[in-house]
Amino acid sequence: MLMTNLKHVESVDEHKKIMEENENVMICCGRMGPMCLPVYDIMEELEDKYKNVKFYDMDFDGPDAHVIKNAPECAGFMGLPFTMYYKNGKVVKATTSIQDMDQVTSILDEYFEKSEYQHSKVAD
Amino acid sequence: MDDIYDVIILGAGPAGLSAGIYASRAKLKTLILNEGTIGGQVILTHEIANYPGVETTNGFQLINTMKKQAKEFGCTIKANLNITGINLSNKIKEIEVNSSDTYKAKTVILALGGKPRTLNISGEENFKGRGVSYCATCDGEFFTDKEVVVVGGGNSALEESVSLAKYVSKLTVVHQFDHFQALPYYVEMAKNNPKINFIMNSELRGIEGEASVKKVKIENLSTGQISELNTNGVFIFIGYSANIDKVKDFITLNSSGEIVVDNNMKTNIEGVFAAGDCIAKRYRQVTTAVADGTIAALSASDYIMNLE
Repeated sequence: MLMTNLKHVESVDEHKKIMEENENVMICCGRMGPMCLPVYDIMEELEDKYKNVKFYDMDFDGPDAHVIKNAPECAGFMGLPFTMYYKNGKVVKATTSIQDMDQVTSILDEYFEKSEYQHSKVAD
Repeated sequence: MDDIYDVIILGAGPAGLSAGIYASRAKLKTLILNEGTIGGQVILTHEIANYPGVETTNGFQLINTMKKQAKEFGCTIKANLNITGINLSNKIKEIEVNSSDTYKAKTVILALGGKPRTLNISGEENFKGRGVSYCATCDGEFFTDKEVVVVGGGNSALEESVSLAKYVSKLTVVHQFDHFQALPYYVEMAKNNPKINFIMNSELRGIEGEASVKKVKIENLSTGQISELNTNGVFIFIGYSANIDKVKDFITLNSSGEIVVDNNMKTNIEGVFAAGDCIAKRYRQVTTAVADGTIAALSASDYIMNLE
């Protein structure tokens, strides 16, 4: 179980439901390790600013994590975490290994509608 | 934005958070600004068994508790932002973030921490997560039965090499000197592992591949000769350097690029203190960072009292 404040995806069924019910979704599949924690932290911070995006994490060692690990977009990935961006259930972007705030927000801005969040307005 | 804080702390590792706890508990109006994720290098630590008073914990838990304590005492923490301007020359110090917002304070504590050194060679960034890694524990399993190169010769490099050897078929340590900086215990463990080979006096000059890493270019520093080595991965453990880039033009540094402070964590600038891994000191531990942060906050408090 991941000790984050993000909502967790715990099964394939839950993953499917999230895809069906949400237009823009970001899921970070990882562990509680040094490459993954910064991405969770960034996602937690962005939850309030990108209201148009649903943010989730998924335990890389969970029984149903194959839904991300085996995705064709993750072929060749050799660094945790595997982070997926979905629009209407389709993967629009996948990244491997640690990402910083600018890298994450540039993907969110490119593939999802730009939120009111400005990079200069970082709240508490 | 026009409010003047008593203390602005740059950095939210153990030193910065400890300074935040002490300053805010002393009823100082305190703001922590942090460029990356909260926690600094300690969140890389999977187990902490020598933090006095805590039998065992991990970096994530320890930092979360420190963050909670700081916030409960009234400290404001802003993370994942870019510090784009620092003006410490006046009585009121100014910190600009994200090229737009400016925060003002009577004192500043530099708890900038350290950052893992990167090789800055071609292919390093492109192949991050596709063969280039900085964490054996995180990514070792992706290299099961593959060949990897480990760059470095300190404790981390050799300890992580031994850990990686459980997965890989062959591991080559490339180190720039003819001897290791690691403790003899780690050197012996690595040398006794039949999967681990060593290329000394050498540095990587490039990482190449297609979808993932295929080979590296290695320069022999004695002869200048460049050779190629086929490999599936490159793990980089070449230590840490103090995060002083943004203050190096006006803060006094030692020859190693670390901030020089006195016993009260004062820097060369009035009202500016420093703490943690960015300062010149011999021992870098969570406990020493916490102590530095505490002293810096108390010194800042003292400085403010004398202003009034």
